[in-house]
Amino acid sequence: MKLSKTLAFTILSVMMLSACTRSESGSSRVVVQNKGSDTLVNVAQAWAEEYQNVNPAVAIAVTGGGSGTGIASLLNGTVDIANASRQMKDSERASLIEAGKEPQEFIVGFDALAIFVHPDNPMNEISIEQLAQIYADGGAYERWSQLGITVPGCSSDEIVRVSRQNNSGTYAYFREAVLAKQDFKLGSRDMHGSKDVVDLVMHTACAIGYSGLAYASDEVKMPCVTLDGTDNCVTPSVATALDGSYPIARPLLMYTAGQPDGATAEYLNWILSDEGQCIILNKGYASATPVECVNPSV
Amino acid sequence: MAKQQQSLRRLDHRDISWYIDRLVQILMFMGGISAIVFIISIFIFIAKEGVGFIGDEFSLSEFFGSINWRPTSETNETYGALALMVGTASITGMAMLIAIPFSLGAAIYIGEFATGKTRETLKILVELLAAIPSVVWGFIGLTIMNGIIIDLFDVPIGLNVLNAGVILGLMAAPIMTTIAEDALKAVPEKYREAAEAMGATRWQVIWRVVIPASKNGLVSAVLLGIGRGFGETMAVLMASGHSINIPGSAFDSVRALTATIAAELGETAVGSSHYGALFTLGIFLFLITFLINLTADLVVRGIKKK
Repeated sequence: MKLSKTLAFTILSVMMLSACTRSESGSSRVVVQNKGSDTLVNVAQAWAEEYQNVNPAVAIAVTGGGSGTGIASLLNGTVDIANASRQMKDSERASLIEAGKEPQEFIVGFDALAIFVHPDNPMNEISIEQLAQIYADGGAYERWSQLGITVPGCSSDEIVRVSRQNNSGTYAYFREAVLAKQDFKLGSRDMHGSKDVVDLVMHTACAIGYSGLAYASDEVKMPCVTLDGTDNCVTPSVATALDGSYPIARPLLMYTAGQPDGATAEYLNWILSDEGQCIILNKGYASATPVECVNPSV
Repeated sequence: MAKQQQSLRRLDHRDISWYIDRLVQILMFMGGISAIVFIISIFIFIAKEGVGFIGDEFSLSEFFGSINWRPTSETNETYGALALMVGTASITGMAMLIAIPFSLGAAIYIGEFATGKTRETLKILVELLAAIPSVVWGFIGLTIMNGIIIDLFDVPIGLNVLNAGVILGLMAAPIMTTIAEDALKAVPEKYREAAEAMGATRWQVIWRVVIPASKNGLVSAVLLGIGRGFGETMAVLMASGHSINIPGSAFDSVRALTATIAAELGETAVGSSHYGALFTLGIFLFLITFLINLTADLVVRGIKKK
């Protein structure tokens, strides 16, 4: 009796499961798979949501996972668009070309890499050279006093370096733009996400960290950044990223395998239209082209 | 005689219950051997992915002797895992310093002193503690414990061996308590009665009779706790600071083997040296955990032989 009940239950649940999948696959909507950079995931989500109103026949499925993951999925053919916060590596480009899918690159916006310190930290400006001395292997700066700074609440004087895991696009861009491709000094706290970097710096008086400007909050301080050999200290902002005056700003990219067509091409066109560009602006990034937005929140 | 033959024939009759019986037997058998099949396939998979790296770029002295873990370097890729091993060992060590007294204390209290409702409530609560997901523990470490440790000890950062150790200790304590309590319960009641008859106090009974008699079970509880410590990933990733560093004190940030695999594997190109190196860490971790669990198992077997 018990056994037959269990059997019946199992059969029932299997039937229910298969009914679910059937109803999903039964819809005629076109699904565009979009995956990659964690830096871009918030804005990609916003685009996908807004696009529902523009073209309800197309559904955009957005996943994060990192620039490398997105590009790898593009190679495997499991996504239509890969998001990246760094340029494609030569090796990645080569393997895509080898597979007969020459990658197409679309700059969809710009991101300024902001430097974060604790709000109690009196530092107002920092140079690229100083950042390299703090972060690069063999760099001299280990203590705040070496920068001529006394941080209240940081009695140990140690510079707590907050960084990212070694395969994030943000990490790779910082290494390229600030450390001139040198290695990072070992012993940095490697966080798994931009938000974690901001959280940690917010709660740690001795800390310094870096992340996309969009993750900035009122509870961390952003010093302005000076390029070596100039006195001009530029505050990270959407405007300075767009006009190119901020020294550590990077393009945000979308890649497709081969020329995009159909729904994917339409979606990319819409992203690059004024409507799409206003969304990325509202998310705290700079747009790829100057746009006039009706209701800018930044 | 005829009647007997008829009943035998009826037994031989393959009706629906006979088939169900066979089916269930096969299912049970598959369930029974599945653990072995899975463990062997997992090991073969990990070994297969790591072997290319071991045969190629792997250097024994670098892997075990260097702290330079720079798998994505633009200039010179190095794969020194020493700091990661020391990190895992130090966090687990700290966790055991916290978990052993707590869990053995709890097991002795639940098993020997508590009665009735108290005992039942405590048992349920301890099991509830085991049900908290590790990402929640990690979040507590990252947000709450970080600030507490900075304020309490005036150190630059609260994500360190102490933080991860406390979190991991609390995570390992429930399972250690449960196993230790089972070991205490397995000591026959007549031992206690005999000791009490000799005029031993309650504490003497526990310290001189019950604990020595359940020694093997208690040791295996500790070993399983250590195995849990080596294998835990998420909480350690969040609470340890994830920093390549040989710790000089409990207040230094470290990085664990498991956390390194978790943080880096997702974005690594399949088949690259970095990918192989991460799987080599996996092989190392697998062997260590296997050894610990095997030891725990052999120790438990020790009791049953007696």
